[in-house]
Amino acid sequence: MNTHANAVHDSTLEAQAAKVAVVSPLRTLYWSLRREFWENRSLYIAPLAVAAVFLFAFAVSISHTLHRIGRAPSLAPDKQLQAITTPYDLAAGLLMFTGILVGVFYCVEALQGERRDRSILFWKSLPVSDLTTVFAKAVIPIFLLPLLISVVSFALQWSMFFVASAALLATGQSVSMYWTQLALPQMSLLVIYHLVVVHGIWHAPFYGWFLLVSAWARRMAFLWAILPALAVFALERLLFNTSHIAAMLGRRLSGGASEVMTMPGTMPIHPATTHVTFLHFLFSPGLWIGLAVTAAFLAGAIRLRRYRDPN
Amino acid sequence: MACIEARGLRKAFGTTIAVDGIDLQVEEGRILGLIGPNGAGKTTALNAILGLTSFDGDLKVLGRDPWSERERLMRDVSFIADVAVLPRWIKVAQMLDYMGGIHPRFDRAKAEGFLARTTIKHTNKVRELSKGMVVQLHLALVMAIDAKLLVLDEPTLGLDILFRKQFYDSLLNDYFDGRRTIIVTTHQVEEIQNVLTDLMFIDRGRIVFRTSMEDFEARYFEVTVNPDRLEQARALKPIHERQVLGRINLLFEGVDRPRLAALGDVRTPSIADLFVAVMSHQPGRAQGAAL
Repeated sequence: MNTHANAVHDSTLEAQAAKVAVVSPLRTLYWSLRREFWENRSLYIAPLAVAAVFLFAFAVSISHTLHRIGRAPSLAPDKQLQAITTPYDLAAGLLMFTGILVGVFYCVEALQGERRDRSILFWKSLPVSDLTTVFAKAVIPIFLLPLLISVVSFALQWSMFFVASAALLATGQSVSMYWTQLALPQMSLLVIYHLVVVHGIWHAPFYGWFLLVSAWARRMAFLWAILPALAVFALERLLFNTSHIAAMLGRRLSGGASEVMTMPGTMPIHPATTHVTFLHFLFSPGLWIGLAVTAAFLAGAIRLRRYRDPN
Repeated sequence: MACIEARGLRKAFGTTIAVDGIDLQVEEGRILGLIGPNGAGKTTALNAILGLTSFDGDLKVLGRDPWSERERLMRDVSFIADVAVLPRWIKVAQMLDYMGGIHPRFDRAKAEGFLARTTIKHTNKVRELSKGMVVQLHLALVMAIDAKLLVLDEPTLGLDILFRKQFYDSLLNDYFDGRRTIIVTTHQVEEIQNVLTDLMFIDRGRIVFRTSMEDFEARYFEVTVNPDRLEQARALKPIHERQVLGRINLLFEGVDRPRLAALGDVRTPSIADLFVAVMSHQPGRAQGAAL
């Protein structure tokens, strides 16, 4: 019969068994988040690559920029400002767009991929709850990705500023007008504020929805996430000849900026003409309805991950 | 306290009944082999034990309800459900960091010790490893967890014989300490015959046979009968009869060994032979049910 001669009955094992082994929830969340960045390196590679390409293009076309700066004093004050800040707006806008793309594709894959490659059987063999897992996957697009885009945008805008200033000095022009017009510190802060509040919190229901569909769909989660919305638009159009639902989604998608600050254009260009209305945002029903909807979507995703049979 | 206690465990998928009222008690320190044909309900039963699927009936694992307390239970239970379920994008070093980060009973030094015996490097990604190496990695991770219950569902499927042998050797030599409990399902029963302390056959969602290996070896004998003693041997009511290369092997239950020795060569049957014998006695099951 079995001779388990090498059975170890030493005292260290006893001691280990007696020790109450606990890992704090925060530590589990921290490692769950790190795991996501290991798996999805595009979360930071994509924005960095976009920033690098943009900075390169900006440096290569610096003579064009210098020309515009040189011409600025002869323009009307608002045109002056525009001539100087346009590349900075473009940089921030491009990074924001990148962030949205990366966030959406991340969410679509987040809960489907682990079922497709069956690695969910490994993840579920560990003492990490479905709640923690889904929460970590939601924190990425709703909180960490906007922060990351902010940091990259900040670095990009300051790099552009140094490149332009160095070029001005090298060609013997004055930097004083450029520096006073640009107000870069305030502009960077506005971009960060906009990203975290609008792209994270205001857009949260979209990410919640994509995660829910990712937990549910067996394949083609992206189509499943988009097509029902289009079907509902079409149905509303056919039945009532209205487009309230499309308008509502449109407001959610693009209306965030006007909730969190007032400004003349579409971008928080200049601090002098932009007013942060955070209190207004905090008390707007849109914020709280959005968060409630997000919570409902995430609760659905958690339930799906728990109830789906693994095989 | 029993490690696993189930009463009337049942699970249906629509009209298909995967597990049909299983009563089960597994004490601490046992190594139980769960054997059954494909679709017998083994994996479903294990999934219920691991909190991966909901179920009807009573089930307690280490005193907890696995469905409502999976996260808590997984501190004391580890499992390898199927080969090659490790995420393919992860690096070995990341895996060790992650396990150390989230698992209260993971001993990183131990895992590194096991890995040092293999050719797996810390910089390898799982996708760069062969199937056998992925299983080695998974086993190293699991053996570094100080768990009370380890569940292995077809852990060596598709591996070559060297890896399979090594797998069970490591498990016995480096992991099993007489107090942990191990449940294993496999189709390669001959490899675990000397590993198990308990044996259970499951068919169509029910347990059809169970024994400890001590009883198995004391109660069941296979005899290659001398042709001139065949009638005499058949009179002792063998539970199964098969022909191998023109010789007749009879399987007996509960017949004294000395009496059988007079009829021919006596030995302990293989689990596979006993399985075939038991299955052919199942109502509605054709002779020679395949493993």
